[in-house]
Amino acid sequence: MDMAASLHGLFGGVLIGLSAVWLMATLGRIAGISGILAGLIWERPKGDSAWRLAFLAGLIVGPMLLMLAGGNLGNVAGEPGAVIGAPIGGTGLMLVAGLLVGLGTGLGSGCTSGHGVCGLARLSPRSLAATLVFVAAAMLTVYGVRHVLGGGA
Amino acid sequence: MKTLMGFVAGLLFSLGLAISGMTDPARVVGFLDIAGAWDPTLIFVLGGAVVTTFIGYRLVWKRDQPLFAGRFALPTRRDLDPRLLGGAALFGIGWGLSGYCPGPAVASIAGLSLPLAAMLVAMAAGWWVAKRLSGSH
Repeated sequence: MDMAASLHGLFGGVLIGLSAVWLMATLGRIAGISGILAGLIWERPKGDSAWRLAFLAGLIVGPMLLMLAGGNLGNVAGEPGAVIGAPIGGTGLMLVAGLLVGLGTGLGSGCTSGHGVCGLARLSPRSLAATLVFVAAAMLTVYGVRHVLGGGA
Repeated sequence: MKTLMGFVAGLLFSLGLAISGMTDPARVVGFLDIAGAWDPTLIFVLGGAVVTTFIGYRLVWKRDQPLFAGRFALPTRRDLDPRLLGGAALFGIGWGLSGYCPGPAVASIAGLSLPLAAMLVAMAAGWWVAKRLSGSH
């Protein structure tokens, strides 16, 4: 096991948790990325959009700051210190995947953050079920692509 | 003030994603590939995040209300329905194909490429379709 990668993961995970706690403490909201952004883009609720836009800005700016700071703070596999990894497929594959991710998180009311982090921390049975289903579906998909089709994505 | 709080939350979130390596789809798919060279990093990320949030939420909920809002907006449903589970399954397939869930996809804009741009546009389109389907529900 790659100890440095695991420690990076643990530290980053704690920061994600602090973000979720911060948003609950200040605005009383669940830190669910799909819900925050889908609401911002397609609903623009009055009086409830500015913080979503600011959250989006913070989400984009953080990794940029890390890149500017240098100091090998990222955790890209096989490229220690790099902050952003390259996509694993082409434009066509990403169009399909993006549509599935958007549709699925929209219908399923959440993604890895809303269900996986905040929902599990709230001990929500819906979030536990959703998390088990999307992790299992993702593992089956990777198995199918890599080991059955041999796509080597 | 609400805006500043939102920005700080987004910033902490994306720093966490980038430092943990979740902005690398190869690392995420490495975790999902249980039949290959398994990469456990995501377990540490999820574990660190869930434990921190579990403890922090309970401290925060001791207060009557959030600092800059009238109430805590918490989901109340506890039942399982086909839309929740079907949606989660579709999301999982897309996540497995790309190695991107919504947070890391957006946080990776610093390294924008054509495939990532396609992912982001399609994801927003998917949210729109989901809203249409839910609206007619």
